[in-house]
Amino acid sequence: MEGSGVVTVYGNGAITETKKSPFSVKVGLAQMLRGGVIMDVVNAEQARIAEEAGACAVMALERVPADIRAQGGVARMSDPQLIKEIKQAVTIPVMAKARIGHFVEAQILEAIGIDYVDESEVLTPADDANHINKHNFRIPFVCGCRNLGEALRRIREGAAMIRTKGEAGTGNIIEAVRHVRSVMADIRLLRNMDDDEVFTFAKNLAAPYDLVMQTKQLGRLPVVQFAAGGVATPADAALMMQLGCDGVFVGSGVFKSGDPAKRARAIVQAVTHYSDPEILAEVSCGLGDAMVGINLNDSKVERFAHRSE
Amino acid sequence: MAVVGVLALQGSFNEHIAALRRLGVKGVEIRKPEQLQTVTSLIIPGGESTTMAKLAEYHDLFPSLREFVQMGKPVWGTCAGLIFLANKAVGQKAGGQHLVGGLDCTVHRNFFGSQIQSFEAELSVPELVSKEGGPETFRGIFIRAPAILEAGPEVKVLADYPVSSNRLSNSDSPIEDKTENPEEESKVIVAVRQGNILGTAFHPELTADTRWHSYFVKMSNEIIEEASSSSLVPAQVGTSHYQPPASDLPIYP
Repeated sequence: MEGSGVVTVYGNGAITETKKSPFSVKVGLAQMLRGGVIMDVVNAEQARIAEEAGACAVMALERVPADIRAQGGVARMSDPQLIKEIKQAVTIPVMAKARIGHFVEAQILEAIGIDYVDESEVLTPADDANHINKHNFRIPFVCGCRNLGEALRRIREGAAMIRTKGEAGTGNIIEAVRHVRSVMADIRLLRNMDDDEVFTFAKNLAAPYDLVMQTKQLGRLPVVQFAAGGVATPADAALMMQLGCDGVFVGSGVFKSGDPAKRARAIVQAVTHYSDPEILAEVSCGLGDAMVGINLNDSKVERFAHRSE
Repeated sequence: MAVVGVLALQGSFNEHIAALRRLGVKGVEIRKPEQLQTVTSLIIPGGESTTMAKLAEYHDLFPSLREFVQMGKPVWGTCAGLIFLANKAVGQKAGGQHLVGGLDCTVHRNFFGSQIQSFEAELSVPELVSKEGGPETFRGIFIRAPAILEAGPEVKVLADYPVSSNRLSNSDSPIEDKTENPEEESKVIVAVRQGNILGTAFHPELTADTRWHSYFVKMSNEIIEEASSSSLVPAQVGTSHYQPPASDLPIYP
């Protein structure tokens, strides 16, 4: 800043870039995943089924969210050995989850060379106040959000991809719909807003002003946005696409159902042909039992989405 | 006006359509075999090649795609699209994957490694610059990118990228280490043209620089003009259309 007499808060670009792994490269992989389905898998065999069905990436886990709910206890990063085995089994990108704020788990995941880290509320949070400073990593991160403010705070922390939080492991799409609608409604509001009003809007969202402005100019989130948390059927997946998501995460929905291979394939096709009801009808036929869902009106059900701000 | 088809099974098809729109050219999404009849040229975008191959297989797109290429209609593949167009690909998933073929070269899928090895590089692109002007280099974004290990005599190399020859011999490639000094740098090919087929291992659709898109549109135009006299490109896409992009951030249409 010498001699310029100007204090630049965020540098030239809206997002701080590091030499080794520019933000465009981190976002780039997410862009390659657009229009695709990312599936939770717990072993190499499931990963192969997901790849054969046409998943564009897999999320390597020890337990799917439905089992984390059922079994309780502290959920942590998966055993790196398991993640390595899954990585060797497939050629598509492999993601893995780290606890919120647990930057050492993220360092370990970076060291074993996976493609994306999910800083996930599905695992038990390690830090109730801070998320990981994702700018310090060469590996890209995906983070959950419930609304526009939360999404932009995560992007400011360095997330290169955003997903809705939904309510993982429930097979109930209602929360994911709520979160996508909330983000989209705020973006529509923002697009029609006078520039003078954006400062207060950013304050109310508790989001960085520059990213709010960038969102206004682009008319969408400045990174790729996926849906997650409760997708169980091809129709759920197509619903999320029609609401404006770039792709879909399917957690427990595939491998907790009667015929995982067939359901996985149907959800992949539903995401590609999300606006074609005839194809959706065709792929929705005869899929066997869907996962048993959880009614979220029950107050005893723990809300993972409320674990972080 | 003729339109450019963009295979929209999965991946960066929105980005390609947005880049074409900036040139004043209409891009249409292609998801079914019959939709291929409506376009005169095709872009196969980046994405996960395994996923795209599976989706193409579900909807029986391969025969129509092969026919499209064999008829000599202009086709451009970026990243996953390049793998689709290659006659031979190594580093595939267990059981292999279907390819469209047509481009006489061997592509190593995921040559540069996982996401952590993804990178950006300024590539020297003499052929592109001679046609489109602008800066001497092009900002290539390589994401889990493939590379061309061998290219046939018909294939014209438009850009290459230096790698240590160690990297070449470590990869399970069919190329033998020809250099005496294993530390010496060698090159892999990252952009090619063979007749009406264009292939790039990087992602021009992720940058604001539209020269590759303009190059492809003109290439299609020449071929169509040979057949008929219709024009694909509006007048403003002249020889010196290149303008420095205001911002070189990724594009999100």
